[in-house]
Amino acid sequence: MSSWVRAAALWLCTMTMTSWAAPLPEGLADLGRVATEGELAAWDIDVRPDFVGLPPGSGDVWAGEEIWLAQCASCHGDFGDSNEIFAPLVLGNITEEDIATGRVASLTDPAVTRTTLMKVPTLSTLWDYIYRAMPWNAPKSLSPDEVYALVAYLLNLGYVVDDDFVLSDTNMVETQARMPNRNGMSLDHGLWSVTGAPDVSGSSCTADCDVAVTVTSSLPAYAMNAHGNLAEQVRDWGPYPGLWTETGTGRETAAEPEQLAAASAVVEAVVAPEAALNAGGCSGCHQMAGQLVGPGFDAIRTKYAEQERAAYLRDKIVNGGAGVWGSMPMPPMPALEEDALQQILAWLTSGEE
Amino acid sequence: MASDAEQGQLQPAPESFLSKDLVEDISREGINPGRRSLLQSAFAAAAASIAAPALMADDDPDIVNLPTWTRSLGKPVVANPYGQPSPYEANIVRRQSPGLTRTDQSSVSFTPLQNLFGMITPSGLHFERHHQGWVDIDPRRHRLMINGLVDTPLVFTMEELLRMPSVSRIHFLECGANTGLEWGNVAVPTVQYSHGMLSASEFTGVPVSLLLERAGFDRKRATVLLAEGADGSSMTRTINLENALDDALVAYGQNGEMLRPENGYPLRLVVPGVQGVSWVKWLRRLEVGDKPWATKDEVAHYVDLMPDGTHRQYTSIQEAKSVITAPSGGQKLLKQGYYDITGLAWSGRGTVEKVEVSVDGGRNWRPARLEGPILPKALTRFHCDWVWQGEEALLQSRVTDSTGYIQPSRAQLVAVRGTRSIYHNNAIQTWQVHADGEVHNVQLG
Repeated sequence: MSSWVRAAALWLCTMTMTSWAAPLPEGLADLGRVATEGELAAWDIDVRPDFVGLPPGSGDVWAGEEIWLAQCASCHGDFGDSNEIFAPLVLGNITEEDIATGRVASLTDPAVTRTTLMKVPTLSTLWDYIYRAMPWNAPKSLSPDEVYALVAYLLNLGYVVDDDFVLSDTNMVETQARMPNRNGMSLDHGLWSVTGAPDVSGSSCTADCDVAVTVTSSLPAYAMNAHGNLAEQVRDWGPYPGLWTETGTGRETAAEPEQLAAASAVVEAVVAPEAALNAGGCSGCHQMAGQLVGPGFDAIRTKYAEQERAAYLRDKIVNGGAGVWGSMPMPPMPALEEDALQQILAWLTSGEE
Repeated sequence: MASDAEQGQLQPAPESFLSKDLVEDISREGINPGRRSLLQSAFAAAAASIAAPALMADDDPDIVNLPTWTRSLGKPVVANPYGQPSPYEANIVRRQSPGLTRTDQSSVSFTPLQNLFGMITPSGLHFERHHQGWVDIDPRRHRLMINGLVDTPLVFTMEELLRMPSVSRIHFLECGANTGLEWGNVAVPTVQYSHGMLSASEFTGVPVSLLLERAGFDRKRATVLLAEGADGSSMTRTINLENALDDALVAYGQNGEMLRPENGYPLRLVVPGVQGVSWVKWLRRLEVGDKPWATKDEVAHYVDLMPDGTHRQYTSIQEAKSVITAPSGGQKLLKQGYYDITGLAWSGRGTVEKVEVSVDGGRNWRPARLEGPILPKALTRFHCDWVWQGEEALLQSRVTDSTGYIQPSRAQLVAVRGTRSIYHNNAIQTWQVHADGEVHNVQLG
């Protein structure tokens, strides 16, 4: 049974359905209006496998190559074989036998890269998709003739048609008959309908079940950080903090709560508010690193690297203090602008290096 | 540090709060980030005790020394006109899997399942899958067209759709490729990347059946719908009319507000139980038809490669699946003792009937407690008590749905479908708990 006969059988199964159970509410028929011919033409651009919806036109391989190089090659490569941005469209690995049988034999070989042309059974799909969605950054800018030409070029790259081929609305059916994987699709599964039969079933065993419990696959240590530091991707204060997977910090296995707090992404990186420090007169007594008259900002920031310390620091800055860092008193700085003060406090308590 | 805290009296200088070992360590090795944080906590404790009454041995300084937020004026209303999560939750965001895609427009971001509760995904954490980028659509200029096998092709404005009878229903939305990276071997570290193309919301909208009735669809011939988006890709998918008439919605609401732009604002199709790619976002058109369309994402992608080289086409239903979300891969149990193993179960064919949990790799199973409400084609939260005594463990969950279908093990699934299918991997997930409490993603054989 061909896949399309099976398909038809599947669709028939769905014909006994109901719809909106109640009569439409009174007045509802006034909502919505009839679509105009022009509106339908503008939006109803889909092309089915039986080519219903296909606009007339034509294009040849050479014209297709020219458009391809200008508009498609930057993503897909000159020959549709690039794997840089998208999976390859064609790789020149389709055989005469594939075209004869309509089944791409190498799809069973895990070593062979699956290309678009190895999978696509329906010529209509290539036409429809290029017309509606390509090129990537300017969808719907191609004319029907340009799309025919591009499809011809793609088929030529896959050895489906010759160099002098002209694709048009009149030879789509016979060209479809050469699609390499036209018989490669199966509808023999239970995943189309909500009432479909499953193909796999689990076990209901609940005690002393005969199952293999050897670990056969796990992430190697070198790959643990491939998705970034997991400690920074998980809530860092709950019962299950994330593993510290960033290497070279000596903390790979030491995910203790206080360390995780330091790793928290809560505090945004803050740069030193140098203008505020200068304008406020702070720089007269404090330098970035090391004791001057007062302690270095590095020492202050280490000591107060917690946001809740901001209120305490605010008091010390505005009203002055003594005895915390030695005998030299810190004078009151009541004239410091509020904005500048807030910048300085945020920076001092940010905890960021 | 315990010995310092136990002294419970005023100290002349913070340095006295540091243990002898740490002081020696720092003078020898300098201050690295780990030591710095130890210093911070010591200084904080020291400073707190200076500013407050003497701390007795059993006193929790976070109780005795009233924190700033208890001693200050809070922020005003509308400081955040649209509320935001606490800054302490900043780790819990959607994330990309590095190297999975080469463009950010045709890509995926994953939901952080490991830190979510209940059965609803916050809208801002709903996973993203775009095929040609996401767009901001002006709702005043958005239209829905219904054409094809109908008496009258119609056009609706958003205003008209919002005037229609609406329903609100909670459903899960899972990408057909969820867990697709794990067919061959373990490839990702956490449940966010292994199962995070899964979200659930309360969706509000107009039943598709009502709209088709209004347009007068051809009951004799109609078998399928084409759904089409208004974005650059104008994504198209063939929808089984059975689903469309049963419980599909043309939805504008998500969790009580309008859809987020990344999720299809102002209009998307909701096809409960069916893989996410069919829930066409930025929906502009429904066409009633009698044959499937074989659109790009029905022939080149979202086709399941079988060992014999055929591709299963129009695979749509998301079969029953479950996963433990906590504790899960990449996390660490800090202490022995009681844990609430929790996770999610769902089925595209109905409701969750039963979830069982194993801590020994599937040799023995016990029933989990299901949290209600248990709704069709929605996420069901489950819980299972567990006392961890430092042993190695292999955590698994297994769901049975209302059709009697039991979630398969990886071995059972791979035996039928091979390892190259990409789509519809609903195998039982295993998390290995090491003796030191680390939890890792593993596969068994």
